[in-house]
Formats: sequence, C-alpha cells, structure tokens
Amino acid sequence: MAGTAVRGRLTWQVSAVTALIDETASVKTIELQAPDWAGHLAGQHLDVRLTAEDGYRAERSYSIASAPGEPVALTVERLEDGEVSPYLTEELRPGDDLEIRGPVGGYFVWDGDDSVTPLMLIAGGSGVVPLRSILRHRSNLRSTVPVRLLYSARSLADVIYRDELDQEGAGVEVIYTLTRQQPQGWTGHRGRVDKSMLSEVAWPPDQQAIAYVCGPTPFVETVASSLVGLGYPAQRVKTERFGGIGGS
Amino acid sequence: MSPISRGFHGRRREPAEQSSRVPPGQYVTQDFPVLSAGPTPRTALDNWSFSIRQSGNTSKSWTWSELQDLPVEDVTADIHCVTRWSKLDTRWRAVSVDTLLAQVEHNARYVLAFCDGGYTTNLPLADVTAGQAWVAFDYDGEPLAPEHGGPARLLVPHLYFWKSAKWVRGLELLDKDEPGFWETYGYNMYGDPWREQRYAGD
Repeated sequence: MAGTAVRGRLTWQVSAVTALIDETASVKTIELQAPDWAGHLAGQHLDVRLTAEDGYRAERSYSIASAPGEPVALTVERLEDGEVSPYLTEELRPGDDLEIRGPVGGYFVWDGDDSVTPLMLIAGGSGVVPLRSILRHRSNLRSTVPVRLLYSARSLADVIYRDELDQEGAGVEVIYTLTRQQPQGWTGHRGRVDKSMLSEVAWPPDQQAIAYVCGPTPFVETVASSLVGLGYPAQRVKTERFGGIGGS
Repeated sequence: MSPISRGFHGRRREPAEQSSRVPPGQYVTQDFPVLSAGPTPRTALDNWSFSIRQSGNTSKSWTWSELQDLPVEDVTADIHCVTRWSKLDTRWRAVSVDTLLAQVEHNARYVLAFCDGGYTTNLPLADVTAGQAWVAFDYDGEPLAPEHGGPARLLVPHLYFWKSAKWVRGLELLDKDEPGFWETYGYNMYGDPWREQRYAGD
C-alpha cells in the first residue's frame, strides 16, 4: 500500500467565509478564503473547530468539496441532533471566521493520474462530497480517464450538486438511484444500491477500475462487499464512511 | 488564540462524572461507529491464526482454538477514536498480549500489528505489555462482528482506536519504529488521546 506521506505539523488556521450556497434543503456549501492553506488532494478532509464565548470547543472532520488548486470549500449536511453541522448550515454567515486544520488523509484520494484505469465513484447521500472534488479535479486537468458515478439519494431534491453533475462532459457517466421518492416518469434506478445494481452499473472487474465508495456505514459495507463479490480486488476498493458517529 | 465563533454556544457538555474520562476534543457516543479504508475482510476461523514474527520468521503461532484455550480476561475500557467519538465502559473478552509474548524470546522495542486486508499499525512494545493490550474476540457478550474487526482485533484502549487494529493476525517484533498504514498517511506515530496526538507532529 504505497502512499503519499504527509509530514509536518498541521496547525489551526483562521479562514474567512466568502459564500454559502444552498445545495438542498438540508445541505450547504461553505466557501472559504484560507490564506495559509498549503493545498490539498482530491478526496481529503479537514477539521473544523468552533469556540464558544466561554471557551468551550467542538471539532469535527468534513470532506473537502473543492478540487486541488481551488479555494477550500466544504459541503455540510445538517444533522438534526448535531452540534456543529446546524451551526455551519444555519448560523454561519459570509465574513465570519472559521478555524480549520488540514488537509487530512492520504488514502481516499485521486492524484490525477489518468494513465491508470477507470474510476468507479459510488456515493450515498452526502458521501458525494469527496467524489465531487475528484470529478472537478479531473475536469480541471482535462483528464480523459473514464468515470462512472453511481449516486444514491433519497429523492431528486436530495441530490447535491445536481446542476453540476448533469453538466459533466464526455467520459463521465452519472447514474442516480433514488431510494425513497421518484418523480413521475422516472426511468432511472430506484432503491438501494445492491450487488445486482452494481453488476449492471459498475465497470466490469476486467477493466481494472479503482472504486471510491463514500457514504453511511451500512451503505459502504454493502457496496464494498458487493464489489469484492463481483471480482474487484479488495485493494482497489477505497472506502470512506460517515454517519452514526453521534451526530456531527 | 482561537477566534470566538459568533453565535456558537455548544450544547454537548459532558456530565462532570464523565468529563475527566473524555480526552480533549472528544465527545461521548452511545453508538459504535465503523471506520476502515477498504472492504471488510472475512476469514473463516478454520483458516485463522495469530502469529508473532521476528526478522521475517514466525516465532510462534496459534490457531483459533489454541488462542481460545489461553487464559481469557474480561476487559472493560473507555475507547477514543481519532474521528472524535469516545465510548465509555466498553466490554470485551480477550487474551492479554502479555500472555502471547511470554511464549516468545525477544528483545524487541516496537511492534507492527498486521491484519487481513493489509492494514498495519505500529506501537511501542511498552504500550502493548504490562496489562495494556489484548487480542479481543468478544464485544459486549457477543462474538466480535466483522465490521468491528472480528473475528479478532487488537485492543489498546489507552491509545487512539486506530491502533486497536481490526482483523488482526499477528505482531511483528521490531527494533525500530516503523509507520503502519494510517501513520504513513499523516496520522501520529504514537496516538495518545490525552495529548491529542491525532496527526504527524502533534
């Protein structure tokens, strides 16, 4: 498992919120100006720290939504029982300071090498965030590596980055599956991702694709074991999980 | 000096009796979250063994049933994940690493735990001896579930939980410290939650 070693101390830095973008009813993208940011890879995450007037602090990790070279952006889903995500999605305003630290994580990344094999991106809900960084990176690099994104959302209204995904150009196939509610006349996939859907949608194993799977734990467990069952070598299935962590 | 987050009050204060048990930057969860870098490996118990290796050779290994025949301990411990959740009073059944190392002659100063799926993590020998580390196979009265590292995982509760390697298959004894999987990707070589050693250089 060769990897890019990330060395040197990561220090907290103060960024400024430049814009907040509504993605869905419960999801916002937060764009930041971070003068001391040393850059990141597609797929990495960062830590956010909030400090109350009495000194109380709360920290959480979020995937970075922007591509390498772009200003740092986070896309955050509000969790009803959360402590940090309701603040980020409802209280935060342009001009506010936000303390961040990162980037973190060097395994769930795509380094832009398009001499390699196709990418199979599989997202459950807001698990699409680090995959969006990969897609933007690919686009910025004018890479021709073929990509399929299988994106499971509750309904079309819950699809994050829908306009952007629908405008993806040649070489990128975006496949939605809607689990709870489908619009009238919906001809796409419905229901949860399972082995039979993956056998239809995922690159066949002989294409040597690399899979990036991000979503809640049961989603990732199902998808990763199904891909292995279809013949993907385990070391070509990279996973990132969220959810069930006590409410971020 | 951190800036005040305008309008942030926080609400997840730990009760006083818990706060002394919760390291800085952590919050208590009742769930048992799952984090791993790849698919969950599944190894049949018939094919399972636990090995201690030195200089590329296996010094000693135990089959599943041989491991079960060793003295088993009930362990109750607080665990702390680098992703900031802590879980208090988790209950395990496990064999002490002391019991395993007692059957091997060595002068090692470090260990590298190795696992199904290729995961590794490094620890000083002093942190896996003296009743501080176990090979655990029951959690909360049930066989350890595969997504939580079953059939067996390392349990080193005084360090961040990525050091408690899932799907553990053995320990390699080393003279020098070598980074494992997450340590190669920027996580701390030691991982003391009380000093918030999350990332390299912390």
